[in-house]
Formats: sequence, C-alpha cells, structure tokens
Amino acid sequence: MASADTIPGTRHRSILARIGESRGALGFLFMLPAAILLLLFLTYPLGLGIWLGFTDERIGRAGIFIGLENYEYLLDDSVFWLSVYNTVLYTTVASVLKFALGLWLALLLNENLPFKAFFRAIVLLPWVVPTVLSAIAFWWIYDAQFSIVSWVLIDWGIIDQPINFLGDPNNARASVIAANVWRGIPFVAITLLAGLQTIPPSLYEAATLDGAGSWQRFRFVTFPLLTPIIAIVMTFSVLFTFTDFQLIYVLTRGGPVNATHLMATLSFQRGISGGNLGEGAAIAVAMIPFLLAAILFSFFGLQRRRWQQGGGE
Amino acid sequence: MAAVGIRDVRKAFGPAQILHGVSIDIADGEFVILVGPSGCGKSTLLRMIAGLESITTGDISIGGRVVNDVPPKERDIAMVFQNYALYPHMTVADNMGFSLKLKKAPSTEISTRVNKAADILGLTPYLDRYPRQLSGGQRQRVAMGRAIVRDPQVFLFDEPLSNLDAKLRVAMRAEVKELHQRLKTTTVYVTHDQIEAMTMADKIVVMHDGKVEQIGQPLELYDRPRNRFVAGFIGSPAMNFIPGHIDAGPVLTGAGGLSMALGAEATQHQGRDVTLGVRPEHLTLGEGGFTAEVVVVEPTGSEVQVNARLPGGEEIVAVFRERHMFKPGEKIGLKPQPGLMHLFDAQSGERI
Ligand SMILES: Nc1ncnc2c1ncn2[C@@H]1O[C@H](COP(=O)(O)OP(=O)(O)O)[C@@H](O)[C@H]1O
Ligand SMILES: [Mg+2]
Repeated sequence: MASADTIPGTRHRSILARIGESRGALGFLFMLPAAILLLLFLTYPLGLGIWLGFTDERIGRAGIFIGLENYEYLLDDSVFWLSVYNTVLYTTVASVLKFALGLWLALLLNENLPFKAFFRAIVLLPWVVPTVLSAIAFWWIYDAQFSIVSWVLIDWGIIDQPINFLGDPNNARASVIAANVWRGIPFVAITLLAGLQTIPPSLYEAATLDGAGSWQRFRFVTFPLLTPIIAIVMTFSVLFTFTDFQLIYVLTRGGPVNATHLMATLSFQRGISGGNLGEGAAIAVAMIPFLLAAILFSFFGLQRRRWQQGGGE
Repeated sequence: MAAVGIRDVRKAFGPAQILHGVSIDIADGEFVILVGPSGCGKSTLLRMIAGLESITTGDISIGGRVVNDVPPKERDIAMVFQNYALYPHMTVADNMGFSLKLKKAPSTEISTRVNKAADILGLTPYLDRYPRQLSGGQRQRVAMGRAIVRDPQVFLFDEPLSNLDAKLRVAMRAEVKELHQRLKTTTVYVTHDQIEAMTMADKIVVMHDGKVEQIGQPLELYDRPRNRFVAGFIGSPAMNFIPGHIDAGPVLTGAGGLSMALGAEATQHQGRDVTLGVRPEHLTLGEGGFTAEVVVVEPTGSEVQVNARLPGGEEIVAVFRERHMFKPGEKIGLKPQPGLMHLFDAQSGERI
C-alpha cells in the first residue's frame, strides 16, 4: 500500500520518458517499420489467398462468401487427393535422394582432389541454370522419340524400344523426380560442403589416433557435427520441393492422367487456367498444414543441441 | 611403455625440405622435450611419430619395431593437440572413453577407466559436461585424460599449454610433470617455450631449421651450449653476445676499446675472431670487465634487470639479486664471473 507513495515522482513522468526507459517498448518501436513491411507484403497476399478460398470468385467476376463449400467439394475430388498423394511422394522420394546424393557429393568434394575449385563450380551448374531452361532440356531428354537416353540404351542393345518417359504414369513420376533431384542436389551438396569445412581437421586426426576407421570417423565425428546444418538444408529442400511448380508445368503439366499433378500445379490449373480462383486458392491453402508441419518439425530439429550451448551449467 | 628411435629422418612437403636428417634416441619412460623456434619442424616430427605425416626417408621405431608403414591406430600412441581437439558433441566422459568404445570394450571397463583417469586429473565433477562448458584448463585436462585412458606406449604432446594464460601454464607444467612421474609413460613433448623445456624435461632436444642443434639434460644445455644458437635459445633473459678478437695475453679485444683478460686456456685460440657469450645472471659489478652505460633498469621484486650499452654499441643485459638502482646514463663496470664465460667461433658459431 505504501509503496506507491514511497516512490514519488514516478507518476508524474511523461509517457514518452517511460517508453524511452522501457527496453521492451523501445524495442517494439524499433521493430515497427519492419513489422509493417512484413504485414503488408507477406500477410496481405496470404490473407487474400485464404479469403479467396472461402469464396466462389472466378476470373473477371467477383465472388461471394460460400463458407467451406470449396473444401467440401475438394474432399470428394479424387484428382485433388491424387495430387496430395503425388506431392507427398514427390517430396519424400526427391528429398531423400537429394540428401543422400548431396551428402555423398559433399564428402567427395571435401577430399583433396585435383581441380577442386573447378569441380565445385561444376556442381553448382544445375542450380544456376534457370529452372525453365533445365526443364526444357529434360523435356528433350525425356522425349518419346528423340530421347538421348533411349537412343544410347538402344545403341548398346539394352532395350529395343524407346522408353516412354513421360507417357506412362509411373515412368513420368520417376522422370520428374529425377529432374527435381538433379536440380536440387547442388544446393544440398554445397551447403553440406560448407558445413564439412567447419569441422576442424584435428578432430579427424584425434579420431584416427583413437582408432577410428573412415566409416567410424563419419559415423561418430562428421555426421553428428553436421546434424545442425543438415536440419537447415533439409527443411529448405523439403519446402522447395513441396511447393515445386515450374518443372512439372514445363515437363508434364500434371499428366499423364494427372499422375504428376502436384498440389501447386493443380491449384494453378484450376485457379488460373480454369478460372476458378476460389477453388484454386482452396487447394493452395490446403498445402499450408503440410508446410506448417514441415516447419514445426524443423523447428524442433533446428533447436540448438545441448553440446552447442556454451558456458554455464 | 616403449623406447622411441628416430634415425636420420627427413621430411619434404613437395620441394620444400622441412626436416634435414634428425636422429633422436628416446629411452623407455623418458620425458623428452623438442624445443625450438616456431616453424623449425617440431610438430612435423611429432606428427610423423604419430603417423599423421608420412616419412620421406629414415626410420622411426616404437618399442624396437620400425613403424614407418604402420597406420596410426596400430602404433598405440596417444596425442594431445594444441587446440585439444575434443569432440564437441560428446560429454567429457564420452570424449575420454571414445577410444575404448571403438575397441568395443565392455561399458563397465570403459567407465572404470574413465573414472580412474578423471580422478587423477580432478575431472570427476565435470564428466557429464560438454567441452563448451569447460574452461581452457579443464579442456586441457580432458585432452590429457583422453590420452591417459588409453594407457598407450607413448604420449605425444604438441604445445599443450600454449593456449593457457601464464599462471595456469605454470600450474599445468607441474601437473604434467607429476603425471609423468606417476605413470612413467614415454613422453615426447613439443614446445617453443624454453622455460617449459627446462623445467619439465628429462632430456631436451633443441631444434632449429629442421636440424637438431643439441640433445642433453636441461642443465647440460644451460652450462655447456654446443653453439651460439643453443646458447641464445636456452636461458632467460637470453645470453649476451659480444664480438671480439683474442690477442696475446690472452686478452679479448673489441670495438669501443674493449679489452678484457681471459683465462689462460684461451691462449690456444690466440688470433681468432670469436663471440663471447655471458649470461645476464653471471655478470657482477666491478672493474676488469666491460664499462657500460645504463639504459633501463627493470626491477621485478626478486631481482633487478639492467639493460646497458657497451662503448662498441652492443646492448648488454645484467641481472642482479641485489637491488641496484642505477640512473639512466650512469657508467657501471660489468665483470663476467670467472669460469662462466662461453667462447664461440665468430664464423661457425660452434663452441670453442
Ligand atoms: N602440410 C604442410 N605442407 C607444407 N608445408 C608444411 C606443412 N606442414 C608444415 N609445413 C611447413 O613445415 C615447417 C615446419 O612446420 P611445423 O612442424 O608446424 O613447425 P613448428 O611446429 O616447429 O612450429 C613450416 O615452415 C611449415 O610451413
Ligand atoms: Mg607446431
């Protein structure tokens, strides 16, 4: 009771002075410009997308609020469920392959090979080439008649008919996954290589003297020290793959018979090509739970491990 | 435990010759320190013993067996690195037990041996911590613990104390020495710090530019350095060197009117150009030596260090236990104690 009276003067100070002294308020003030930008450029489009999902808006005609009708429709839409299945399959297989091959490539590039800088530059190529361009290149590679792969295999006498890369559902799935992996490996490999280079060589020497062979050095030194960066790179890789659009759109447009339709391509097809903005938006919104799950997963995976924390108890 | 033999070992990295024929015999249980200025090839030699560097020519043997082609993990040696090289993602206990785990030792045996080593090093309270949560001295001890747990034939240390602050370094010096007295494992220890070498070693190997300059017990090197390099490297503050010529008498004459009587045994070197070496602590005040002009006086409490300049221009350093307080510019007489002077050939630098 008496405490209010024992500190005279506090009541009389201006609000401005109090803000100046409170770290929290001052911090908020400084963050405000960035927060407004984020709100404008991130939240507005996202909010608009979500809102559209609840309307029956079409291109050129304003829609009205129809509640969950779009989603109810999608629940019974087998093509939508196929695209969900495709997206999950595409993301899982491509990410696993990108991780395994990327890590392998990073380990190779980390060795003392001649022309090291040259090889590292080469590895980056698939990533530097614009996606549309590489997709077109793959389109030729996968061509039903002029595919170089088929041509070589026929020449070697391994097969006697051109492979129907993009015409058969399972072949098409494998083909687009292969193209995605080819494109995604550099990111994984170069990032993991950067991570490998932060591991001090003396740790390997110590492990060698402790009696570790090359597999044990990888298993007990390299891999555990790489886990933080693996968590980051795989989170990004999964997000990129899950939302992939360009490759599929150029190579197959979702065909044959929707076998390679991803949620992103289906959303575009229904929303923009088909003009059903509301339905397209609803499909896009349906991706959000998956993405959130991936982000949450990585959030826990990304948390600093106990051994990374410095000082104190 | 085992003896280590190094026979005419040479090392080249590409065209760069780093070691030019090094031979050292290390007896079973001995504590040998390789000392020399940075870049003289100490670490390279140590890493060759460990098997981390190949041997260009020559032989290295451990326990009588030539190990040139034996991979590191079969040499049964343990090494403590300058940066400790602790595994950051393993606790102290896991770091220390890693080698046993790789050998698939039963976990009870691992923990017994880890606990025993932790006990010796005072690490028991920290066994569950990660390296990041330890101070520099504690990390250093974990690195030693990792070596002790293995109970190897030979311990190798590469400048293990150079990342510690001065006070801790002195404490750890005693600790390492005590550890050796307790375990009696053959030890090869690399440092660039001659005080570390003098205080810890059974035997010191002074290296310079990839060559061995002298091998001997610490006081042997101090009392009878074989050449100017060793004389200047061992001892702190460093030995004074004064160029001169031996004239009939025998008398040492030099620049600035220097003229100082030498012992009769110098007669045989009459007519030679020499370098006189005398340690700062072997100079006394008095006539019959050098006349010098005081430049700086540095009292440390236990002793007083006087930097002075000879008429010929050479700097000379003297250390006194008495608290002489000279003023800058004052003229003093400095006289080497008889029998504690060293003469080196002016050209070759060899002791004469
Ligand atoms: N891997 C290497 N490649 C080329 N030169 C090296 C290599 N390792 C060491 N050196 C050279 O060998 C010399 C001795 O190095 P080092 O043994 O580390 O010296 P010290 O430990 O005595 O300071 C140095 O000049 C160094 O530059
Ligand atoms: Mg070194």
